[in-house]
Amino acid sequence: MTRARSIWQHGVKTGIIGGVAVLIIALVGMVQSFNKRDIIFEVVAMGHTLLVITAVLMGYVAAKRTPRDDGLIQYVNTIVCSLITSGFLALLVVVGRSVNLRAVLVNASPVLYKALTLGFDGAAGILIILLFGVICGSVAALLYYLPPVVRRVTIISLSAMIGAGVLQELIRPVLLSWGPMAVIADYFYTSNGLTIAGAVTIVVFIAAGMTVWTLRGESIKSHYSHLSGGSQRGIKIGSFVALAFVLIVLPHVLGLFLSEVLTIVGLYVLLGLGLNIVVGYAGMLDLGYVAFFAIGSYVTAVLTSPELGFYSLTFWQALPFAVVLGILSGVLLGIPVLKMRGDYLAIATLGFGEIIRILVISDFLRPWLGGAQGIKAIPKASVFGFALAQPQYIYYLILAGCILVVFISLRLKDSRMGRAWMAMREDEDVAQAMGINLVSTKLLAFATGAGFSALSGAIFASKLGSVYPHSFSVFISINIICLIIVGGMGSIPGVIVGAAALVGLPELLREFADFRLLVYGAALVAMMLLRPEGLWPEVRHKIELHEDENGSGQPEDLSAAEPASQPQGG
Amino acid sequence: MAMLEIEHLNTYYGHIHALRDVSITVEKGEIVTMIGANGAGKSTMLKTTSGLLRPRTGTIQLEGEELTRLAPHTIVTKGVVQVPEGRRIFGQLTVMENLDMGAFTCRDGGRIQKNLDRVFDLFPRLKERSKQVAGTLSGGEQQMLAMGRALMAEPRLLLLDEPSMGLAPVLVDSIFDTISRLNNAGTTILLVEQNARMALQVASRGYVLQTGQIVLSDSAENLASNEMVRRAYLGE
Ligand SMILES: Nc1ncnc2c1ncn2[C@@H]1O[C@H](COP(=O)(O)OP(=O)(O)O)[C@@H](O)[C@H]1O
Ligand SMILES: [Mg+2]
Repeated sequence: MTRARSIWQHGVKTGIIGGVAVLIIALVGMVQSFNKRDIIFEVVAMGHTLLVITAVLMGYVAAKRTPRDDGLIQYVNTIVCSLITSGFLALLVVVGRSVNLRAVLVNASPVLYKALTLGFDGAAGILIILLFGVICGSVAALLYYLPPVVRRVTIISLSAMIGAGVLQELIRPVLLSWGPMAVIADYFYTSNGLTIAGAVTIVVFIAAGMTVWTLRGESIKSHYSHLSGGSQRGIKIGSFVALAFVLIVLPHVLGLFLSEVLTIVGLYVLLGLGLNIVVGYAGMLDLGYVAFFAIGSYVTAVLTSPELGFYSLTFWQALPFAVVLGILSGVLLGIPVLKMRGDYLAIATLGFGEIIRILVISDFLRPWLGGAQGIKAIPKASVFGFALAQPQYIYYLILAGCILVVFISLRLKDSRMGRAWMAMREDEDVAQAMGINLVSTKLLAFATGAGFSALSGAIFASKLGSVYPHSFSVFISINIICLIIVGGMGSIPGVIVGAAALVGLPELLREFADFRLLVYGAALVAMMLLRPEGLWPEVRHKIELHEDENGSGQPEDLSAAEPASQPQGG
Repeated sequence: MAMLEIEHLNTYYGHIHALRDVSITVEKGEIVTMIGANGAGKSTMLKTTSGLLRPRTGTIQLEGEELTRLAPHTIVTKGVVQVPEGRRIFGQLTVMENLDMGAFTCRDGGRIQKNLDRVFDLFPRLKERSKQVAGTLSGGEQQMLAMGRALMAEPRLLLLDEPSMGLAPVLVDSIFDTISRLNNAGTTILLVEQNARMALQVASRGYVLQTGQIVLSDSAENLASNEMVRRAYLGE
C-alpha cells in the first residue's frame, strides 16, 4: 500500500500543482484573450499553447522527481500528472456546464469551455481535454527519455518557433518596412500567426543549425584555435565590426516604437551594471539603489530646466555634476551601513531609497525640487547643435553610456579592487585578514554603483524632458535586482540579457498588459526553480575547468584521494 | 625584544568578558601554543591580535611596534597573518584564486611567484589541484589551502586557529609536520589548539587558557607532564 503510494505520489502532487496552474490560467481569462492570437495561423492558438506548455512542463517535472530510475514508473507518473492537470480543466467544464459560475468567476463562460473542448459538446469535449492530457504526458515522457542533446535541440527549436509566433507584432512590421524583406515576411507570417511553412522552416532551420553545431562545433572551435594569431585577430575584429555595425543601424531598422523600447532597456542596462557592482561583485544587497537614479535625474533637472529658473546649463554641463553628486551620495549612504550585512543592509538601504523619494515629493523642498508636480521643460541633450530628441537618437547617447559602463565594469572586475570585492563577497572577515581594507572597498563599490545609476538618471531626465517623484519608487530597485538575478549575478552579459528579458519583453507584450505582472511573477518563480544561476551566468570557473582539455581540473573522488594528500616528508 | 608581546589584554563581547588580563610573549623563531577547552577564549585571543576584535584595554606589540589600534588590513602588512578557525577558504573560487587572494597585500609579481613556489613546494597537492574550485577540496586539502593562502602574505608571525579541527588522525599528523617545517624555515608561530597532545609536541612553550584567563605558562615538556594539564587536556 505505502509502496504503491510512493510510486504515484510524485505524479499526483505535481499533477495537482499543474492543475491549479492551468485552472488559474483559464479562470483569469488568459486562455480567451491569448487565443485571439495564433502562433500558427488557424492551427495553434496562443492560449492553447500556454496550457499545453504548462501540462508538458509539469509532466516533465513529475518524471524528473520520481526517485526511482525505472522508465515505466516515470512514464506512469507523467501520465498521472498530466491526467490530473487536464482533469482539473475537465472538471471545470463539467461543473461549469451545469452550474453558472460566472457570478463569481467572470471568465468561466461558455466561450472558455468551447475553447477548452475545442468546440466539442457533451462527453466528447471532456474526452478531448483528457486526451490532450495524455498526449502532453507522453510528450513530456518522450522529452525526458530523449538524449540530452536531442532534448535540447527539440526544446530550443520549438521555443524559437513559439517565440517567433508570440513576437509577430514585433518582427513582422520590421520585415515589412524593409522593401525586399517583405517577401520573407509573407513567407513566414500571415496577418495572425506564422504560416505552417514558416513554422516548419524555423523549427527545421534551428534544429539543423544546432545539430551541426553539436556535431561539428568542437572541430570548428579547434579549427579556430589552430588558426594563426593574425587570422584569429582578424575574425575577432571582423565580428566586432559587425556587432558595431548592427548596434549603429539598429534603431533605424527597428523604427520609432522599438527604439523607444531599446532606450528603456538601455537605461536599465546602465542601472543594472551599476547595481551589479554592488550586489554581484561586492555582495551587498542594496534595495535603495533607485535613490541614486533619482539624484542623477533631479540634479540634471534642477541644473538644466529653465522652469525653476536657477541655472540653465546644458545637458553636458550638468552631467558631471549629476554623476559626481551621485557618487558622493553613494559614499554618504555607504558610511552609516559599513558594519551592516545581509538583511540588515537591505533594510537600511531600502530606507535610504524611501528617504530620497519622500524628500523630492515633500512640500518643504518644493521651491527647489518641484514637489509632486516634478520638474518639466528639461532640455534635450544635443551634440554639435543637434538635439537628441527622438528615441532613435537618444539611443546613441544611451549606447555610448552603456559601452563606457561595460568597459569600466570589465576593467574593475579584473582589477585589484575587483579581487577585493570578490573576497569580501565570499567572506568579509577573511577578506580583512587577507589585508583588504573593508571600508574603502565597500565605499568604492557603493560609489561606482551610484555613479552609474546617476548617469542613467541624467540621461533619463533629458530623454523624458521631465522628472516626477513617482518615477523613483522602490519597485525600480527591485526590478533591477530581479534583472541581475535573472541574468546571472556578477555577469555583465547577464545584466544585458536580464534587462532585455525583464524590461524589454514586457514592453513588447503590452497587449497582454492585464497579465503582465502575473506572467512576470510566474516567470521569476520558474526561473529560480529551473535555472537559479541565471540566464547567462558568469563563466569564470567553467573557463578554468576547460582550459586543459584532458579534464584534470575535474574534481575526483576526494575521499579516495585523501591519504595521498599528506605533504611529502620533510 | 620579543616578536610578539601582549600585555594585560581585556576583550569583551558586549558585557561578556572574554579575555581577562591576558599577557603572553612569543620570541622570534618559536612555536608557542595556547591550549584550552572549547569556549576558553582562544579564537578571541587570535582575533584580537590580528585586529578583527578591539581590546578594551591592554597592548599588543610586534617587535616593539604598537599594533593595538591598527586596522586588520594594516596588521597584515606588518607581517601578522591569521589562519582562521574552520579554514574559511573561499569556496567558490579556485585554489589558485584563493592563493592569489592571500597575496593581496603584495604587489610585486616576482615575489608573489616566489611565495607561490614555496607554497606549492610545501603542499604539492595544491599544485595538482590549482584549478579546482576550493569548495570541492577535502578537509585536509582545505586546511592546506588555508595555510598556503596565509603564507602568500609573507607572515613573520603566523597565527593558527585550531588547524587540526575536524581532520582525520593521519591528516592531523601531516598538518603538525607542516607546522614544524614552516617553523624550521623561519616562521614564528602562535598555535591555538584543543588538541593539546599534538600542540605540545611541536611547540617549545605553551600557555593554558581557562575561561579567558591564563592559568599556566611553562615549557612544552613541563606542561605535558603537568598533573592538571594531563588530567584536563590530555585525558589521562
Ligand atoms: N561573537 C560573539 N558574541 C558573543 N560572545 C562570543 C562571541 N564569540 C565568542 N563569544 C564567547 O566568548 C567566549 C570565548 O570564545 P572563543 O574565543 O570562540 O573560544 P574558543 O576559541 O577557545 O573556543 C565564549 O564564551 C563564547 O561564547
Ligand atoms: Mg575557537
